[in-house]
Amino acid sequence: MRLNLKIWRQAGPGAAGRLEDYTASDVSSDMSFLEMLDVVNDSLVRQGKDAIAFDSDCREGICGMCSLVINGVPHGPDRGTTVCQLHLRRFKEGDTITVEPWRARAFPVIKDLVVDRSAFDRIIIAGGYVSVNCGGAPDGNAILIPKEISETAMDSAACIGCGACVAACKNASAHLFMSAKISHLSLLPQGQVERYRRVVAMIEQADADGFGSCSNEGECEAVCPKEISISNIARMTREYVRAMLVAGK
Amino acid sequence: MRLDAKEPSGPIASKWDRHQFEMKLVNPANKRKYTIIVVGTGLAGASAAASLGELGYNVLNFCIQDSPRRAHSIAAQGGINAAKNYQNDGDSVYRLFYDTVKGGDYRSRESNVHRLAQLSVNIIDQCVAQGVPFAREYGGLLDNRSFGGAQVSRTFYARGQTGQQLLLGAYQSLMRQVHARTVRLFARREMLDLVVINGKARGITTRNLVTGEIERHVGDAVILATGGYGTAYYLSTNAVNSNVTASWRAHKRGALFANPCFTQIHPTCIPVSGDHQSKLTLMSESLRNDGRVWVPKKQRDTRPPEQIPEAERDYYLERKYPSFGNLVPRDVASRNAKQACDDGRGVGDSGLSVYLDFKDAIERLGPDAIKEKYGNLFHMYQKITDENPYKVPMRIYPAMHYTMGGLWVDYNLMSTIAGLHVLGEANFSDHGANRLGASALMQGLADGYFVIPYTIGHYLAGESLPKVTTDHDAFKESADRVQKQVNQLLSIKGSRGIREIHRALGRIMWDDVGMARTEESLKRALAAIPKLREDFWHNVSVPGTPDNLNQSLEYAGRVADYLEFAELLALDALDRSESCGGHFREESQTPDGEALRDDANYSYVAAWEFKGVGKEPELHKEPLNFEEVHPTQRSYK
Repeated sequence: MRLNLKIWRQAGPGAAGRLEDYTASDVSSDMSFLEMLDVVNDSLVRQGKDAIAFDSDCREGICGMCSLVINGVPHGPDRGTTVCQLHLRRFKEGDTITVEPWRARAFPVIKDLVVDRSAFDRIIIAGGYVSVNCGGAPDGNAILIPKEISETAMDSAACIGCGACVAACKNASAHLFMSAKISHLSLLPQGQVERYRRVVAMIEQADADGFGSCSNEGECEAVCPKEISISNIARMTREYVRAMLVAGK
Repeated sequence: MRLDAKEPSGPIASKWDRHQFEMKLVNPANKRKYTIIVVGTGLAGASAAASLGELGYNVLNFCIQDSPRRAHSIAAQGGINAAKNYQNDGDSVYRLFYDTVKGGDYRSRESNVHRLAQLSVNIIDQCVAQGVPFAREYGGLLDNRSFGGAQVSRTFYARGQTGQQLLLGAYQSLMRQVHARTVRLFARREMLDLVVINGKARGITTRNLVTGEIERHVGDAVILATGGYGTAYYLSTNAVNSNVTASWRAHKRGALFANPCFTQIHPTCIPVSGDHQSKLTLMSESLRNDGRVWVPKKQRDTRPPEQIPEAERDYYLERKYPSFGNLVPRDVASRNAKQACDDGRGVGDSGLSVYLDFKDAIERLGPDAIKEKYGNLFHMYQKITDENPYKVPMRIYPAMHYTMGGLWVDYNLMSTIAGLHVLGEANFSDHGANRLGASALMQGLADGYFVIPYTIGHYLAGESLPKVTTDHDAFKESADRVQKQVNQLLSIKGSRGIREIHRALGRIMWDDVGMARTEESLKRALAAIPKLREDFWHNVSVPGTPDNLNQSLEYAGRVADYLEFAELLALDALDRSESCGGHFREESQTPDGEALRDDANYSYVAAWEFKGVGKEPELHKEPLNFEEVHPTQRSYK
């Protein structure tokens, strides 16, 4: 099949970007979207032209590295799917497809479709962990955890940190990402000790990095490749209020 | 060179305890004076960097991705083994040790494996304390399952995302140390050389993948946790950026490379759909419990499967292995699929796949029962292939999955270069010639959380390490070497694509150094690889400039290393003219076609010393002694 592409090219962080036209000809509907970009790039490389920079790694939907906005939707049209798992059979012969990077102040473009997501790491650095050193852990079965709690924590922990939630949000809010980690840890007994300090530290860091606030549009949940629920945000807000009022943080 | 594994003496069960006591310690107040470089942030690298930071060392941690959380450990699905015996079903440290030595087909070091089994129990405790949401029973206890044919249930898991959850646990501990300023993180950096001063590893040279700057980093010891080399085969279940570069460049600076021919090929992967495929996706091999493997009897039979009558189908596993049928071990299933396809009886557009048919199981058990058991796998398969496995047989094909070989290390996980330690899949490690399911995660975390924090202190306390800076001549020489290669790659300006050459190498490796190897095929590969390497250095096209994000340049550097490394892999496979574990030499098989070990001649670790590109490397042997688990021939009859 043949596809027309409009792809964001930007030489560097400070440079002006623009959409450029490319054609993917003779591609197969069995190919993944990223494999189609590989083909376009291989052709550019053979001609000695600069390849289109884009991030990807595991190509099986778990590492969270791939990050493309396809026709205005982070990760493209399929629900619960990263762009590396999106296949060309989802498109029609002759379609014109626009490909852009995540757009958010906290995720500056490095080049073309590659952005800097280190702000997510900084949010975790601020407190997204349980403070236990290696060596002193009690026996794994010493802490009983109800299966339902464990499963709910796992639902939240499934976040792959790709940043699609931020890219989809008109406020560029990191609430879904943050709340997934806060929920995961505050649901479990291991996370109780630092519960209030954690939620305050992470939210303050997100504010400092320029992420916006949540206005309950739900776009984050709609594009999340791991279908992390927006109810995590409600839980995070409760945790935050409790930290402010009860714990006086 | 004599390889000294530095195994502690005494009974197997007390070796590690005794060694822990005998090792030297670094005074708590002195730890911050030592700088340790950790390359890689997967399970081994992140757990090592976090633990060393907790101890108070000054740690510099590097990864090629944008965040440490993306390392390929994240993709591991099944689980992690530990000899907890929570199920009261007869497991023990000794049984896990025994199973691992036997499963490795008697090509691993007993003392290392026993330590691994011992530490497995501590790993689970540590991960639970971090908040890893392992699967649980209704009573709140941890759940276990039996995995990979083990006779006990010792596998802990977090849905099908065990690797992800363990990695995030290690990542979070690492980020806590970044917060505590014991660890400095260097993301989007690629290690391109090891700096050795007076015979000791004292630093690395990296390229900043965003700015292109060649950077110098100095330390008192270097730890590599940079994963395996499966991507030398181009198509594998590995992430597309996984590579051999860090290990290979350390090898070129003097670290011996052990058993590179020990590679693991997984039988149930979604087949290649065309030339443009970039990676292969694994599906749980539990599918073989109910699926029947077959190909048409006739060569190049292009009829759709439902039009091929029973009499014209060859259920070759059931035919050749009547007692095990479709449940033969991984290596046997993989080799037979390849043989059927080589014989022109493969199916699908490419002819490189075999059917895995659930028709009989669906008739016998009903579609609902099949959906309950395999629903998620059927869904994933349908998403990738656009075929409905409830209606038409699945198509599967084996794929490169894991590499047991790696840089040679002693009991302290130190390579043949003083101060250079190697952890996780990057070392030749504990899996011998074949790794058991759910053991990779165990090894990565054992190395990082519980071995290196002790052994690195022993090294540092026992050495005099004069202060050096990045102005040292060795750093300059290393940076110049790296810069020279960058310039060279960019100046070729040929017409062949980088991927095209990588794919050509993968083809050679898969066809001639793949699941079934012969002296003839290996010699063919050894003739073809240097030619392809020559072609690369004359005709490859690497566009762009060195001073910014240039993914073509990164990729070309990695392919240049595969083109050198692949030759060593093939040479090792040629040298080891026995079959063992994942290494099958057609010349060495039983009359039934099973792998035949040659313990009299090959019961050793083959450790290769680099002598120059295109020059014959020198083989050093570490003899293997089995005092506990006595070698026997594997049998599936």
